[in-house]
Amino acid sequence: MSIALVADGRRAGGLAVSSAGAVGLAVARRVGYAVLVLWGAVTVTFTALHLKSGSTVDVIIGQSPVSPEVRAQIISDYALDKPWLVQYFDYLGHLLRGDLGHSYNQGMDVTSAIGEQILPSFELMAAAIGLALIGSVTVAVLTAGRPRWIRSPFSLLEIVGVAVPAFWLAILLLTVFSFQLHWFPAIGANTARGLVLPAVALAAAPGATLAQILRNGLERTLDEPFVTTARSRGIGEAAVLVRHALRHALMPAITIAGWIAGALLGGAVVIENVFSRQGLGSLTVGALGRRDFPLISGVVLVAASFYVVVNLLIDAAYPLLDPRLRPDATISPTPVAGATDVTTTATTAAPTAPTATATATAATAAPAVSAPAGGGDPTPPRSPSTTDPNQEGRG
Amino acid sequence: MTTAPPDLAASVAGGAQPVDGTTSVPAAGARGRWSRARPTRPGVVLSFAFLALLVVAAIWPGLFTGTDPNAADIAQTLRGPGAGHLLGTDQNGRDILARIVHGTRPSLLIGLTASALALVVGAAIGVAAAQGGRLVSAFFDWLLNVILSIPGLLLALLVIAVLGPGTRNSIIGLSLILLPGFARVVRGEVLRIRASVHLEAARALGWPQRQVILRHLVPNALAPVLILATIGVGSAIGLGSTLSFLGLGPQPPTAEWGAMLASSRTYFSVAWWPAIFPGIVITLTVLTITVAGQFLQARLEGRGAR
Repeated sequence: MSIALVADGRRAGGLAVSSAGAVGLAVARRVGYAVLVLWGAVTVTFTALHLKSGSTVDVIIGQSPVSPEVRAQIISDYALDKPWLVQYFDYLGHLLRGDLGHSYNQGMDVTSAIGEQILPSFELMAAAIGLALIGSVTVAVLTAGRPRWIRSPFSLLEIVGVAVPAFWLAILLLTVFSFQLHWFPAIGANTARGLVLPAVALAAAPGATLAQILRNGLERTLDEPFVTTARSRGIGEAAVLVRHALRHALMPAITIAGWIAGALLGGAVVIENVFSRQGLGSLTVGALGRRDFPLISGVVLVAASFYVVVNLLIDAAYPLLDPRLRPDATISPTPVAGATDVTTTATTAAPTAPTATATATAATAAPAVSAPAGGGDPTPPRSPSTTDPNQEGRG
Repeated sequence: MTTAPPDLAASVAGGAQPVDGTTSVPAAGARGRWSRARPTRPGVVLSFAFLALLVVAAIWPGLFTGTDPNAADIAQTLRGPGAGHLLGTDQNGRDILARIVHGTRPSLLIGLTASALALVVGAAIGVAAAQGGRLVSAFFDWLLNVILSIPGLLLALLVIAVLGPGTRNSIIGLSLILLPGFARVVRGEVLRIRASVHLEAARALGWPQRQVILRHLVPNALAPVLILATIGVGSAIGLGSTLSFLGLGPQPPTAEWGAMLASSRTYFSVAWWPAIFPGIVITLTVLTITVAGQFLQARLEGRGAR
């Protein structure tokens, strides 16, 4: 969105608008909207959890019998006697200070409970995204533009990777590599070896999706005039792929980075459960069983913030990857139209694809990314330039 | 004026597009909307065959197995695959094949219902967002962004936290995950219809607009939405099995694939078959629905069979 705004600014104000000011304004608007979305997530979560059946005091007290005094004390501690709106604004006020409330039965603040568990989860997610990136880039580079008998087995593997439920893949890996072959520890080991199987299970879906998108992007880019130019300069095929084509193929892949972030978080919840690993997943599922609503809201909000921040970073990454999207771009004769196309596609289509495809497919993800307004397939925006815009100015 | 094939590629992708109406018509028209460019790939044929098999199993499970899926037999617990029990038995001595066959109906129904619910609500939101004023449109856009900001599975868990576990509530949670995608595609389609040359031509010819919209534009707009919904069924089945596995979906003793996996987990260090076979069926189901959906999508976009 930020880039679209910049583009609009350029179109409307022309030279009158300084590009730094335009960028500043665009960034401010983008961040403002992100805050608005987060506020929405807070409100929806808070409202939803207050619509639930049953009394909150009973949930906090649980099975143990307590005296009326204790009961009254709990009600006043958690401000349960106050009207909904007051509780809501209280919650918002605390949130602004980084306070997510007090867990019903963990005996600690939600912030500390999440803080304790977030590291193992991030460790798992980082390992998974690393695997997914390395695997997908390797597969895409090795198979793009190759004959069908080379591509087909990988295509099949990718479709399976997208379709297979992560938790079942985890069970499968456990059965084969832990219980049959004894190569990896089965359950709960918080060691590097214990990280392998969960990371593989978690990496499968994003990795397979990325591989599909990257290969599509690479194959599209290989038809571009600038690739022909590069080849005519005598650059080897491998260098063409890695140095020129890959950067272009990364654009649509980055568009789904937000979805990948969400998929990893959601996937981690289940994978941790299968492997009995510590982390946000076990915390969440446990909180669900004990109906620990502040803790559930806390996890949901942390996840939403994560998603929103990742999407902000994606917006910031576009101009870095494609110089034509920078406000001071001078390369393409029609940078404005191109830039707007790409960004609107990115902001409207990207989130669409992942929801529809959460586990199923890159089928929608790939076309969603590659077919922006106008019905062509220009990602990155088509320009008649025969020089690789990424290489421009670097000799 | 008959149904000229519109350019659906971009609209499936969820974006509204500036329609000039001429760009894609020759290409798509030359090939015809459903005509065959290449022979259908065997994978696609197999996928449709498997899906047909699933539908039959969901309607008449008795055709595939005569065994009662809930008949426990303490003498036959955790028997490996072999004669008598083709896929083995579970911890209660129940026949796994029979449970998989009988589990087809609930498993498919969860996916179908979730996708249908998301389609109806998503379409309503999409139409409202497209037809409403700027404020209405901005509101729905914000709402969809809020829903999208919560990762799919956590969204379903939130719904279950509020409403409690069970089949119905999982379906509500799953449909909420699918909803934003559907709403956006419908909005794009409506915007496209509004700007379409068909409508302009009808206006110029003085034809009743309502008739043009209903008879020519809505059918064209429906196809991409229905295909998205098809793929959504696959997503919902995969995610639904995840919820069941966490014990939040259909409750025992229902024979449902995810629930079967959930009950197998205590034993899967000693017996692999209860944990493996239902998972294979889930994966194949999601896979074949995806392949079928992609095939239909490619056909619709005039890209030919993939």
